[in-house]
Amino acid sequence: MKLLLKGGRIIDPLRKIDKIADLLVDGGKVVRIETNIEDPGADIYDAGGMWIVPGLIDMHTHLREPGYEYKESIRTGCEAAVAGGFTAVACMPNTNPVNDTRSVTEYIIRQAALAGIARVYPVAAATRGSEGRVLSEFGDLKEAGAVAFSDDGKPVVDSAVMRYAMEYAASFGALVISHCEDATLSADGLMNEGRISTELGLKGIPSIAEDIPVARDIAIAEYTGTSVHIAHVSTAGAVRIIREAKKRGVRVTAETAPHYFSLSDEALREFDTNLKMNPPLRSTEDVAAMKEALRDGTIDVIATDHAPHSSIEKDVEFEYAANGIIGLETSLALSLNLVREGVLSPADLVRKMSSNPAAVLGVRGGTLGIGAEADITVIDPNRPWTVDVRIFRSKSRNSPFNGWKMEGKAVLTIVGGAIKYKEG
Amino acid sequence: MRWTKKDLLGMKDLSADEIRLILDTADSFMEVSTREIKKVPTLRGKTVVNLFFEASTRTRTSFEIAAKRLSADAVNISASASSVVKGETLIDTARNLEAMNPDIIVIRHSAAGSPHILARCVKQSIINAGDGAHEHPTQALLDMMTIRQKKGKIAGLKIAIIGDIAHSRVARSNIHGLNAMGAKVAVGGPATMMPREIERLGVTVHHNIADTIRGADIIMMLRVQIERKAICLFPSLREYAKFFCLDRDRIRNAKEDVIIMHPGPINRGVEISPEVADGPYSVILDQVANGVAVRMALLYLLAGGSS
Repeated sequence: MKLLLKGGRIIDPLRKIDKIADLLVDGGKVVRIETNIEDPGADIYDAGGMWIVPGLIDMHTHLREPGYEYKESIRTGCEAAVAGGFTAVACMPNTNPVNDTRSVTEYIIRQAALAGIARVYPVAAATRGSEGRVLSEFGDLKEAGAVAFSDDGKPVVDSAVMRYAMEYAASFGALVISHCEDATLSADGLMNEGRISTELGLKGIPSIAEDIPVARDIAIAEYTGTSVHIAHVSTAGAVRIIREAKKRGVRVTAETAPHYFSLSDEALREFDTNLKMNPPLRSTEDVAAMKEALRDGTIDVIATDHAPHSSIEKDVEFEYAANGIIGLETSLALSLNLVREGVLSPADLVRKMSSNPAAVLGVRGGTLGIGAEADITVIDPNRPWTVDVRIFRSKSRNSPFNGWKMEGKAVLTIVGGAIKYKEG
Repeated sequence: MRWTKKDLLGMKDLSADEIRLILDTADSFMEVSTREIKKVPTLRGKTVVNLFFEASTRTRTSFEIAAKRLSADAVNISASASSVVKGETLIDTARNLEAMNPDIIVIRHSAAGSPHILARCVKQSIINAGDGAHEHPTQALLDMMTIRQKKGKIAGLKIAIIGDIAHSRVARSNIHGLNAMGAKVAVGGPATMMPREIERLGVTVHHNIADTIRGADIIMMLRVQIERKAICLFPSLREYAKFFCLDRDRIRNAKEDVIIMHPGPINRGVEISPEVADGPYSVILDQVANGVAVRMALLYLLAGGSS
């Protein structure tokens, strides 16, 4: 099947392309990018006014399967992904059982293949059971298809274990993704520590609970000559530490999530559990720091940290509510706000949501090279829509953005040359 | 003015006029408690549910007496706060109560924001009787009633609040209410007990008792929660008492006619010395008496009465 995308703005930062042209997909590959391609045998999609970009990649998703299929399954998570413009997602290992063995990794890959919707890259646990003590079998897991190692959701408390994880990963050419949280400082914390937590009487999570382990992990990377990726950066302090380390040539990369540049703790006054997450929504100064860090390249990646929870976990007292929000279907629209605000150029946006996550994880995609797999997202940057969680593909509804007026949406998501999502 | 709010969730939501209306109404109910027959028919046929997820003697009894003196039927429910062991969510509990059609639900809960959940999901009026470290508005109102009674006004007075501000819903509610009424609030205690950016709620912050109470018209001592010692807010009760216990000597830094308040229950010899708790400056028992009147006023206003 041939597919011809006509007259779109093709944006491929890796190949320094930003022009109006047609793109022809054949046999699952990108075969031509030219102006005025004519091909009578191809299905034609009018991409006038749209952006044609390399498929978006979310390097931080929780698909909840195996174990928590009432929150999300690999299939529904992938449906949410392609509806949000993502052709690939990396899924975190805090399932039940934890993805710390080849059999779980293979199960995830098999379920994803059966669903046949988006590409799924398992991130395996850095330590057995994500308990922070014994390393998981990085070599075997990598062979099975794990793209990175992380105890996401739980910090690696023991600095020696973190050092060994990073060194051991390096010997297999693997990456460690660090959830940076000093659990002694964040213990019992429910939201960012500051004026709002003081007003609400909720136990705060200080910014230093993030800054300190970011500094630690960067020190380990520098000392051992390894690399590390910092997950869900939320504080101005972490940004400063990462910026300074990058300047000195430390091999550190970092991601933030759309909620950390779209919302601050000021939003929390009504005890809405859909605003409860870890790390927590920070101050307005931290929000500004996220934007600056995205602008100047300190933060490489926008990831969703899509964390589905059911009403069982969320329709309870704030203190008892689970952390996390869904993000796959809102991430692109929130990130497009940064383009409108002048924080990112369209090409920068594609870097943060496609090229950079591909490079950090070492997976294919992130570019529209001739002959490359046709993982393509077509974005209407101006399409107005209103977030309505009731019609989300995700099984869960825990989004603080419900009811928000958005501008910009993925209208066509192509994975391996096949249309997996098309906006009506 | 007329009362228009469905619920009383916190002092932060109240204007000075609303606070005045509550206090004036409470003043007018004071007399009922001194009669030989301590009962008026005002709320006959109304039902008040006291839903307490956290242990309380004073506040629960005070609400119960207030309801009964107004001839309302009061039902007390003591429940376990832990949603994990309880098996029923707060929202389900609330909907069950709603189905029985009471008029007012009074809730105390260890989790901040619980009264707000209730207020959103049931049609009854909700009174917050203390939610975590967030607010305890009826305590602040009875404190302000006591201040007005003793000093004739609130505006312009200097109030010192001393103790574990970080974990105190009483402190938060008083700070909001006293600021709305034009008082000046100083808070004091070791820095481990001062929540971050507390000064942005409109208070001055001190770390020793003398500076906190200098020139104060009112001193409010907070209960040291001895069970919190484990998390290192202070090294020992001995040291806390040495530096922060309000005793006769320290009172000299305040105004001569200072009054001493405490929301109770007091730890004698920890935050307050026995001679101060029982001494001439202490209005601790007036606070308790006023608590009944304030709660009568709130039940009356929320049940649809006007002043």
